[in-house]
Amino acid sequence: MIRVVLPVHLQTLAKVKREVQLDIEGPVTQRTILDALEATYPTLRGTIRDQATQQRRPLLRFFACEEDLSHESPEIPLPDEVVSGKEPFIIVGAMAGG
Amino acid sequence: MSSVRVLVGTRKGAFILTSDGKRNKWDVSGPHFAGLEIYHLKGSPVNPDRIYASQTSAWFGQIVQRSDDGGQTWEPVGNQFAYHGDPGTHQWYDGTQHPWEFKRIWHFEPSLTDAETVYAGAEDAALFRSNDGGQTWDELPGLRDVKGSLWQPGAGGMCLHTIIQDPSNEQRIFVAISAAGAFRTDDGGQTWRPITRGLLSPYELPDPDADVGHCVHNLAMHPSRPDVLYMQKHWDVMRTDNAGELWHEISGNLPSDFGFPIEVHAHEPETVYVVPIKSDSEHYPPDGKLRVYRSRTGGDEWEALARGLPQSNCYVNILRDAMAVDTLDECGVYFGTTGGQVYASANAGDTWEPIVRDLPAVVSVEVQTLP
Repeated sequence: MIRVVLPVHLQTLAKVKREVQLDIEGPVTQRTILDALEATYPTLRGTIRDQATQQRRPLLRFFACEEDLSHESPEIPLPDEVVSGKEPFIIVGAMAGG
Repeated sequence: MSSVRVLVGTRKGAFILTSDGKRNKWDVSGPHFAGLEIYHLKGSPVNPDRIYASQTSAWFGQIVQRSDDGGQTWEPVGNQFAYHGDPGTHQWYDGTQHPWEFKRIWHFEPSLTDAETVYAGAEDAALFRSNDGGQTWDELPGLRDVKGSLWQPGAGGMCLHTIIQDPSNEQRIFVAISAAGAFRTDDGGQTWRPITRGLLSPYELPDPDADVGHCVHNLAMHPSRPDVLYMQKHWDVMRTDNAGELWHEISGNLPSDFGFPIEVHAHEPETVYVVPIKSDSEHYPPDGKLRVYRSRTGGDEWEALARGLPQSNCYVNILRDAMAVDTLDECGVYFGTTGGQVYASANAGDTWEPIVRDLPAVVSVEVQTLP
């Protein structure tokens, strides 16, 4: 069971609490997590990655195990702690001043 | 008794203001979509309880929200706005060509005849249409064939912000795009042509009367005279009497002919409203006095409407989609400011009162007149 933490506006949009859980068969990567997340909650399509390019939105970040994984390839397997469900995959809205 | 529902989009959510036909007591609902930027809300003239809202966010992109109960509850519908085919490139700030990239929806225009059909104006500029209540969207790509590679963004972005349907001819639609111009289709959106003859932009364009590139801020039409359009251009207030074949200036005695919105009285096709702004570099009213200007002669002769509006130290702006009129017997006029006020006049502009004073910056105002 993969644990995913969502920022508040996406919780509202998907009508879920802060953390959701996903079943993923096969490799657990950024791409497979986002594929599963969008399949389970279709209203999140286009909100985390661009629907045309599949690129992460510039002001979102992906954290896990106290690391910023935002700039990693979406195909790279995620840490074992995320795969086992010990640690969540965290989607964060980047800080913005003003 | 008739009532009105004012739909207000702000930088931090949407608000719905309702009143009976007297328009002196208001209920305020909101914020809806709290904390998120709402560029525009508009209801269907066929089914007024169906309202579309453009929720945009630098973080989370574009969401289209739809209500089928007059704004009490909302559900997200389709948000995939894919340009038709290979959209190619347009002019960029540095003179290079830049790929067309979808950023947000600036304006929804529900069909005059079909509750399931709605048009959406996008940045980067394009016109989309949905025939299933916003679930899916298709671009009308013929618009970008009109020298789209020469269009370039202005300071506010390359946005299609105005969509006007001809009530007497469903094949005819007018649109306006910042820093690209005004365009018309006569075949339901298949093909388009610029309608800019008579516009002059000597300080913005190297060729002052080019057919594309004019920074059109807003258009308005009275439904009884679909060949008459009014335009607030970057500078100049303009009018055409032949559906855009030729424009002439009607700025007349305005203290400044720079501004953003323009509206027409619901029952008097020759009565027009603008809000003069000091200049393109100082986006606030001249002399710190907030004044709507009304012409009862179709332009050229303008009177200041100031009763009830702040007449000192007022430095707000009124954005292009932030003015609207209702269709009650005594026409109501509404506008919102970047300072968070929404003002209403229940007597065609003679006097004004604030409905609310302290909303987030107002981006758009629309009004529905309900039976």
